[in-house]
Amino acid sequence: MPVPFSQAADSYDVIVIGSGLGGMTSANRLAYCGHKVLLLEYHHKLGGLATWFKRRGHIFDVSLHGFPYGMVKTCKKYWNKAIMHSIVQLKKIVFDNPQFSLETTFDRQDFTSILHNHFHIPQATIDTFFATVAAMNFYDDQSMTTRELFEQFFPGRSDVHRLLMEPITYANGSTLDDPAITYGIVFSNFMNRGVFTFEGGTDKLIGLMSDELEKNGVTICTRSKVERIIVEKGRVRGVEVNGRTIEAKAVVSNSGITNTIDNLTDHRAFSEEFLEKAAAIRVNNSSCQVYIGIKEQETIPDIGDLLFTSTAPEFDSQELLDQHTKSKTFSLYYPKTRPGHDRYTIVASMNSRFEDWTRLSEEHYNQEKELLIARTLIDLDRYLPGIQKKIDWVEAATPRTFNHYTLHTCGTSFGTKFEGLDISRSIFKEVGGLFHVGSVGIIMSGWLGAINYGVIVSNDVDGYLRNLNG
Amino acid sequence: MTREEIKALILEIIEDIDEEADFATLQPDQPLRDQLDLDSMDFLDIVMELRKRHQLQIPEEDYPHLASLNSCVNYLEPLLKNA
Ligand SMILES: Cc1cc2nc3c(=O)[nH]c(=O)nc-3n(C[C@H](O)[C@H](O)[C@H](O)COP(=O)(O)OP(=O)(O)OC[C@H]3O[C@@H](n4cnc5c(N)ncnc54)[C@H](O)[C@@H]3O)c2cc1C
Repeated sequence: MPVPFSQAADSYDVIVIGSGLGGMTSANRLAYCGHKVLLLEYHHKLGGLATWFKRRGHIFDVSLHGFPYGMVKTCKKYWNKAIMHSIVQLKKIVFDNPQFSLETTFDRQDFTSILHNHFHIPQATIDTFFATVAAMNFYDDQSMTTRELFEQFFPGRSDVHRLLMEPITYANGSTLDDPAITYGIVFSNFMNRGVFTFEGGTDKLIGLMSDELEKNGVTICTRSKVERIIVEKGRVRGVEVNGRTIEAKAVVSNSGITNTIDNLTDHRAFSEEFLEKAAAIRVNNSSCQVYIGIKEQETIPDIGDLLFTSTAPEFDSQELLDQHTKSKTFSLYYPKTRPGHDRYTIVASMNSRFEDWTRLSEEHYNQEKELLIARTLIDLDRYLPGIQKKIDWVEAATPRTFNHYTLHTCGTSFGTKFEGLDISRSIFKEVGGLFHVGSVGIIMSGWLGAINYGVIVSNDVDGYLRNLNG
Repeated sequence: MTREEIKALILEIIEDIDEEADFATLQPDQPLRDQLDLDSMDFLDIVMELRKRHQLQIPEEDYPHLASLNSCVNYLEPLLKNA
């Protein structure tokens, strides 16, 4: 349980700024290694983008649409078995667009048969494609783009490109122009066994994580916004929060990498060269979501767990980002999502640009939100005719909402493009004891990426602290 | 530590990471990765555990030395001679 900020001590071994999955995992690992850890979160609850909210008896999950099977091993090793045992498969993934309509378990075996039987791709091409993407590593040459990769294996097949790319664009905001290795790593993670979810919902996951943090002795303070990271003589000395200074030998920032460099740390702490590279970091897109609650006694039929829908003729990364995009995913939460809580909710998600929503006047902004809701309900009606009558709650979130709750630059939903990884990995070489954790480089984003990155960074921090202690 | 003790230490750490790991047919000169289904995160766990238990700092560029059981022992023997 979080404690009031006034109870935080004056000094710690490590301060973690932000309780996203990356920050929480670093805090947990470092406490497990025996360090004295303070976790500071600006919001009133833990989890960052891994969050939920309640409305009129409904519980809406914001980022629980699916993650790869790798979460099972990761949660078992770095969290605990209770968390691991709640991970279950989403078996019914649906695609529906003008080029094809199909249902899949989204794993290598099923995709192989779909590519062969539905798209008539030769078996040998499919096998080589899977072998190629499975062998990709983040340190490999990154000059090839995903577009080039697809053209090499499936030239001119915009339908196949759509099948392979659309889900990954929703999963991490990447496009055909990003490095092929980022695609290969994430796609292979999913193809390993399919798409998984957390039974009991995000609230249960964060509750279990919070218990584990407490068990390992992490001090947690919410509603504590770090204003500044204090650097002295090339090393971190601590942080400034609510006008108070708390000292630490190491600081791990789970605030976005661009935020960490531009808003939390004095630029004089960094070299020119580093700042130049940092200035070139591109953040990923943000999101829009529409949350739909079904009345208490109503039910809806099983139309699938995750629906990738579009009425756009072909896949186009720009179309997916358009404020009035014709493409969206529907995540369906049946009572099985939260056993015992017999409710149905639906969340529609779209990729979106921050600028499209910030340039609007307040009045225009509210109008656009209403239009977004209206378009979403029309699209949903194609799969669930008459759905309007079963709904008792609907509301929308925009890039402004995501920015408001996480402070992320331009409300980014998935951190940064590839170049952010190198900056995040090398910040401690600029300022002794300053580390960054959190969605960067496309591959380190998503629930699995953020948790694994939390472990990687805690290894660096542990090494640094043990060196200091001699 | 003797070579045998180092070997036992490595296997014990791997067993903590994956309790289903089967050492019966393990070839000491072949990559651990292929034989035991270990991924790069598992190797990081080994590094962290060695630091925790024996205050060993293994720099990233030395990670390849941990590839097989024999290469682990060769690499760790001088580092753990007083342990
Ligand atoms: C709409 C949407 C849907 C998604 N769907 C999925 C999905 O289905 N599957 C999946 O795997 N991933 C999904 N993701 C991505 C996933 O949620 C994120 O990649 C992951 O949760 C990010 O973790 P993080 O460690 O980067 O931290 P974040 O979640 O970004 O958290 C950072 C935390 O730091 C805090 N903070 C920032 N600055 C300060 C400060 N100065 N002081 C104190 N605290 C601060 C913030 O309040 C926040 O809590 C989705 C994301 C979005 C937006």
